[in-house]
Amino acid sequence: MIEVEGLSLDIGALPILRDVSFRIGAGEVFGLVGESGSGKSLTALSLMRLLPAGAAVRGSVRLEGRALFDLSEAEMCALRGAAIGLISQEPMTALNPVMTIGDQVAETLLVHGRAGRAEARRLAAAKLARVGLGEVPPDRYPHELSGGQRQRVAIAAAVALRPRLLIADEPTTALDVTTQAQILALLKGLVAEEGMSLMLITHDLAVVAGMADRIAVMQGGRIVEQGPTGAVFRALGHPYTRQLFAASEHVPDRIPHRGGDVLLEVRGAVRDYRLPRRSPVGAHPVLRAVRGVSFTLRRGESLGLVGESGSGKSTLARAILGLEPLQGGQILLDGAPVRAGDPRMQVVFQDPYGSFNPRHRVGRLVAEPFHAAGRPPDAAARVAEALEAVHLSAADAQKYIHEFSGGQRQRIAIARALITRPELIVLDEPVSALDVSVRARILDLLAELQERFRLSYLFITHDLAVVRAITDRVLVMRAGEIVEEGETAAVLDAPRHPYTRELVAAAPAIPTDWRGERRHG
Amino acid sequence: MRVPVQLVAGGALAGVFLALALVSLVWTPHDVAALSIADKLRPASAAHPLGTDHFGRDILSMIMVGARTSLAVALLAVGIGMAAGVPLGLIAAANRGGLIDELVMRANDLVFAFPSLVIAILITAVFGPSAVNAILAIGIFNIPVFARVTRGGALSLWTLDYILAARVAGKGAARISIEHILPNLLNLLIVQGTIQFSLGILAEAALSYVGLGAQPPTPSWGRMLAEAQTLIYTDPALAIIPGLAIVLTVLGLNLMGDGLRDLLDPRLRRIRA
Repeated sequence: MIEVEGLSLDIGALPILRDVSFRIGAGEVFGLVGESGSGKSLTALSLMRLLPAGAAVRGSVRLEGRALFDLSEAEMCALRGAAIGLISQEPMTALNPVMTIGDQVAETLLVHGRAGRAEARRLAAAKLARVGLGEVPPDRYPHELSGGQRQRVAIAAAVALRPRLLIADEPTTALDVTTQAQILALLKGLVAEEGMSLMLITHDLAVVAGMADRIAVMQGGRIVEQGPTGAVFRALGHPYTRQLFAASEHVPDRIPHRGGDVLLEVRGAVRDYRLPRRSPVGAHPVLRAVRGVSFTLRRGESLGLVGESGSGKSTLARAILGLEPLQGGQILLDGAPVRAGDPRMQVVFQDPYGSFNPRHRVGRLVAEPFHAAGRPPDAAARVAEALEAVHLSAADAQKYIHEFSGGQRQRIAIARALITRPELIVLDEPVSALDVSVRARILDLLAELQERFRLSYLFITHDLAVVRAITDRVLVMRAGEIVEEGETAAVLDAPRHPYTRELVAAAPAIPTDWRGERRHG
Repeated sequence: MRVPVQLVAGGALAGVFLALALVSLVWTPHDVAALSIADKLRPASAAHPLGTDHFGRDILSMIMVGARTSLAVALLAVGIGMAAGVPLGLIAAANRGGLIDELVMRANDLVFAFPSLVIAILITAVFGPSAVNAILAIGIFNIPVFARVTRGGALSLWTLDYILAARVAGKGAARISIEHILPNLLNLLIVQGTIQFSLGILAEAALSYVGLGAQPPTPSWGRMLAEAQTLIYTDPALAIIPGLAIVLTVLGLNLMGDGLRDLLDPRLRRIRA
């Protein structure tokens, strides 16, 4: 179907891809796995010849015998969207916000002259129905849809012309687990029905394990290993594959804690948001984001808070940090109401890029939490101590944040949280934006710091594997309420609430028998 | 880092007029107030490189002093706009969705809704024509521009995690605005500043053209244009020279603005790299 031979790519003087070769058969699902910067997305863009300016590409790509690099730009345009479809990661930006979803799907048909306007509309409606949007009228705009629905629209547009090859670049990374499971099932169904080939690009080994017939592992612009999925997972022939696998399953060494006395107590917390009124004289409608949540966190304990987007977990986290007023209930830290600036409580956010003012040096960034209690005389020494605790060097205080990688930035975020010697750290998706190998090291660091400084963690995440790795107890949140609570292993192994069961079932996993053979071998 | 071509070209163009203005502070080829009817409407010569006008004044000297007037009026007007507009925008963004935000933005809309040049004419007509009143009139209409740009930029910054981190550290809105928001808006404000600066030069020329800017004998490009219009058939150079001065200065500043935007915007920088 598609054969890639010796594909190499340079952008300016920078080598990006080296000697990438693979073939995808008709009706086959091919998984391309790698960490960020490995060149997997640029491999896909090379196939479509959608490379940035200054890119020099060598090698050959043959789609059903046609050498794509010999075609003119006009011939390539005729192929894009028709013979090769592309789905990108971000369903928010992949759709034009001022075009109805029906028109976006119909556009592909019109551009390629495959149908008249009325016929295109009819076909678009049929495609939308096929991707599971039969109930959504085609005259809706993207902002009226959820993230999962938007991704379905993008899929409908990509498959509208029955392409021979569909390239899906991290198609579910921005989605919740339950939505991810539905989208993956949809892609699998389309592949079987239309007999097209699917190139699935992802960083998530568990996702390819459940989807791909064959996989290739990329590192530093090269394919280091490829073969049938099961065989690659069983053998783990290449050291990098082994390392990726170990990192994705990594569980840090940590001593479970029952916890001491109550440190944080949330009693019937309610948070309402006033929405814009629907008519000039009407009352403001109210959105209740947190509906009477109660729980306790004990000293030394690591408590997980699991939920999907819109469950209210981030709102609850902000209320705990004293950043949001409550409309009911109380949140107490050591018996007193929480307030922003309390040195006993700190926070680490998800985005290692947005968490720091780019114009300040690291030393100033890390010292920021001193603001409320006043800067101690030994502040510089404390900054150095905190940086060393996260395995960076004291000299890093002089640098600017853009000199650090994502994983290092997350270490700096943790250093900033340690600086006031807090008792509780709220971790809001601290490893979700990181590559698996970096994630494993950050989890190790968090476990180590918890022992060393007797910290309590409130660990907010959507990732069940992370919850299992680092928490003692877990709360499952849905639509502003806590639906299940208990010891982590007990809740995840034998969920009682139907929603928890759905979450656990939706989480992609590498089949246990593949791992079993590896352990024996 | 590669410096954009527009920045170099625009900087050079605007720099020439800035240099002329600065030199005019200490030296001009001739006294701009000295009338010499005998020498009127002379073509270019060694003594008068750009010729003389209908009162026999040296045109090069008038362009040099006129550059000073134009640049000073526009610069001070931008200063007024920034000094009042930026704090207003920061306050509005800090109170986003609140009553103060609403008041500031509606007041902005009100100022925007007035035809700016007509109001400027009204102000100078009521308080008397002078360079100071021209500065005030132009400056007032810069305020909502800077308030709006500041608020827009600040709103997107307020959603970032490092602002949340600062709030967790117990910092208040005022401190966050000064310490975290303002430094990250500088690029935006510098670029908007160059745009308003060139608009200010145009506005000053327009006010002087109708006789409401700098008063005689202070030379001004706009008034030079106005005085040349009766002679446009006999001596077109009288109109062309101040016209070119305005066009080239504004062009230079606009190019500089574009260049600065490319240089300072990290997103554009990445695309170019």
